[in-house]
Amino acid sequence: MYKLGIDVGGTNTDAVLIDERLQVIAEVKHPTTGNIFDGIMGAVRALLDQAQVDRSQIRQAMLGTTQCTNAIVERKNLAKIGLLRIGAPATVGVPPMVDWPADIQFICQKSAIIGGGFEYDGKQLAPLDEEAARAFFTELKGKVQSIAISCVFSTVRADHEQRAAQICREVMGEDVHISISNEIGSMGLIERENATILNAALYKVAERFTEGFAYSLAQEGVTQAEIYLSQNDGTLMTMEYAKRYPILTVACGPTNSIRGASYLSRRNNAIIIDVGGTTTDFGVIQAGFPRESGVAVTIGGVRTNFRMPDVYSIGLGGGSIVRQREDGSVTVGPDSVGYEITQKALVFGGDTLTATDIAVRLGMADVGDASKVAHLSEELAVKAMSVIREMVEEGIDVMKVSSDDLDVILVGGGSIILPEKLAGARSVTKPAFFGTANAIGSAISKVSGNYEALVNYDELPREQALERAKREAIEMAVASGAIRETVEIIEVEDIPLAYYPGNTCRVKVKAAGELR
Amino acid sequence: MRKIGIREIEDIALGAALLGAGGGGDPYIGKLMAIGAVRECGEVTLLSPEETPDDALIMPIAMMGAPTVLCEKGIGGTEYRRIFEMVERYFGRKVYATMPMEAGGVNSMLPIAAAARLGLPMIDCDGMGRAFPELQMVTFTIGGVSATPMALTDEKGNSVIFETITNQWTEELARSVTMSCGGSVTCSLYVMDGKTMKAYSVHDIVTRSEQLGKAIRNVKNVTDGTPEENFLAFSEGIKLFKGKISDVLRTTNGKFNLGKIQLEGIGDCKGHRGEVTFQNENLCASVDGAILATAPDLICLVDTETFTPITTDGLKYGKRVLVVGLRCYPLWRTPKGIELVGPRYFGIDTDYIPVEDRVKGGAANV
Repeated sequence: MYKLGIDVGGTNTDAVLIDERLQVIAEVKHPTTGNIFDGIMGAVRALLDQAQVDRSQIRQAMLGTTQCTNAIVERKNLAKIGLLRIGAPATVGVPPMVDWPADIQFICQKSAIIGGGFEYDGKQLAPLDEEAARAFFTELKGKVQSIAISCVFSTVRADHEQRAAQICREVMGEDVHISISNEIGSMGLIERENATILNAALYKVAERFTEGFAYSLAQEGVTQAEIYLSQNDGTLMTMEYAKRYPILTVACGPTNSIRGASYLSRRNNAIIIDVGGTTTDFGVIQAGFPRESGVAVTIGGVRTNFRMPDVYSIGLGGGSIVRQREDGSVTVGPDSVGYEITQKALVFGGDTLTATDIAVRLGMADVGDASKVAHLSEELAVKAMSVIREMVEEGIDVMKVSSDDLDVILVGGGSIILPEKLAGARSVTKPAFFGTANAIGSAISKVSGNYEALVNYDELPREQALERAKREAIEMAVASGAIRETVEIIEVEDIPLAYYPGNTCRVKVKAAGELR
Repeated sequence: MRKIGIREIEDIALGAALLGAGGGGDPYIGKLMAIGAVRECGEVTLLSPEETPDDALIMPIAMMGAPTVLCEKGIGGTEYRRIFEMVERYFGRKVYATMPMEAGGVNSMLPIAAAARLGLPMIDCDGMGRAFPELQMVTFTIGGVSATPMALTDEKGNSVIFETITNQWTEELARSVTMSCGGSVTCSLYVMDGKTMKAYSVHDIVTRSEQLGKAIRNVKNVTDGTPEENFLAFSEGIKLFKGKISDVLRTTNGKFNLGKIQLEGIGDCKGHRGEVTFQNENLCASVDGAILATAPDLICLVDTETFTPITTDGLKYGKRVLVVGLRCYPLWRTPKGIELVGPRYFGIDTDYIPVEDRVKGGAANV
């Protein structure tokens, strides 16, 4: 049995093949293409040429992709949507999408704020105005195929959103795509609503990349594999789920790279430095999961409240341009030759001095033709390397929460430019297969189970209730394909609902484990 | 007199977040209220205190409640009008203008939304020149102005006017009604005439917020000096410390967020340790155990790269911050002001000494 992991990046499509014991058997990098599927097919073909395994033994295929992020940032292939917000008389003073950039507002065909919603304790704020909901959907029938529904405090009680979704299907038909906010975001109506609108607008993009991925695999003879997509929290979702919640893929890139690096180095607590062609990302792995950022995340100018890995980026990469000023001082980046490095860097016969050339000159890396940089003065190279070192050591310091030194793991194709001893680092490791950590992170992603229920703590004490919820979540993860021994609880939340008799709480637990 | 549009709103929100001295919360939802109102109803007229007639009736407007509730419910469409009518009916006079109560968070933005939706001018002043945690902590208290009558309404249409015997009672009653109404309400208190406003308000605070916001936005565009020098020059700030947040200790007493921020020195402060204590707002800053600034002077934390203000709920381990002291409004430095918001009121056992005197010769003068 084999697992296939693929990461579609801006420059390269990486693919890896992993066996049952999670050992990497083969890895390839292939240029990403405008139509991403040619890139995926090319990568899979090259990978299988290298590995020579029985294709029917590939039972799982995982895709990590920034397709959704790119669609939002580039405003491409987004579908028109209708937005229904339930919450009047509250919230009407804050119109939907009021601070969205003008060039993406077009995705909203029509929005309305209707009566309904809840208070913080689950009491009804206003009755759901079903008639207004029906009128809104009737007007949009035939005009849009995707609807976003948000509701005040739907994170506490979801009934109004669910009822509105039911009315939407009655009016617009079974084929309409519906995104409801309590399934997508957390507290903070505007940020949750924004994420729901983006999710609704992505349905075509999601259809294209899920079906395209399945098609690309079939073309290469991989027909026996279950297909999964990576999501932000490092767990997997099925194709069907990804079609419904495409927005949950937006931050899987950094998550996969951090988890892949952690896996390759067998370390659960470390700083991960991912060096690409243009930028370097610093992340932290804590107890096996990426440390999350505490600040609101903006995607293409739209504010959301997703939990994203805490990543610090600097303008340093293998293609960073190196310059010497008149006073003798040296600068590195932030501009880069990017994907043109194989033509422009000196070691590849080009005419631009890059960070990679410096590394080759100093004997730290063996790429291209070292004789093409032999003429560079050692003084210049040493100066440039000390600039690089300073930038990276500063980044390590930014990510550290205490003054203790931490283990550092280097991954990414550009990491050849980094020195092997760094201040602030207890050890520096560059694991095997460091260049394809993203794809490996995707391939080793976990599968999760979510349990949610209302519990009266007067009848079942909190401790016992949480224990039961955890057991249920673990069972659900196992039912979704997780290996029982590996399942861990990754999220526990209980929200008191004062409007119910007794001491009622909404209990939510998420468990995740390795896929069989 | 001048107009306030969307560009100005962005700058005011950013500048007011700095003047919030760590408190006031994230102004984001407030900014959306103001932008939404100005888009729909047009720009707002900003009057200087001097342009306001002495006998004009002025209605400050603010929101009270839990930030998490505010971020779900925002504000409805009828609260401004209802508060306005309640105040006019109570006083039997026309309301001339509105004004903010504090700088920072939603309350620096809400009066702009109210002014736009009611077609009223807004006056360039407030009652704090910063943010403070309790309702009586306004310069008007120094002038003997009572908080009540206080008009309060929720989005559903429930409303109440309080007449209380002390400001303590106003605080207590308003808080319990707010909870019953679903956790957030719109209110007006310290309604006063133009003459009182001129004597006891913090003048030109909206303009100062806007200028600070604009300067933060352009902080990197300097011809001479570093962005840090530029920031200190335009904010008239005194650099207290530069460091990395090494720990944040938080507690809550049900009413306020209390805590302590530990800082490890970086750059020219390397080798020193800083500490900032807060109760919603930053109250006291010290370096190596020596106090360098206390309330009512403003203690502000900003990002060392972008110079954007950091509120106490946005504190994060590892973040690199510049701790800056700003002089408070002169009225706060009077004996009455110090009694109301000085260090001893917040349980800090030290006399109030102005920040510019404390740092002279102090360890912070690095």
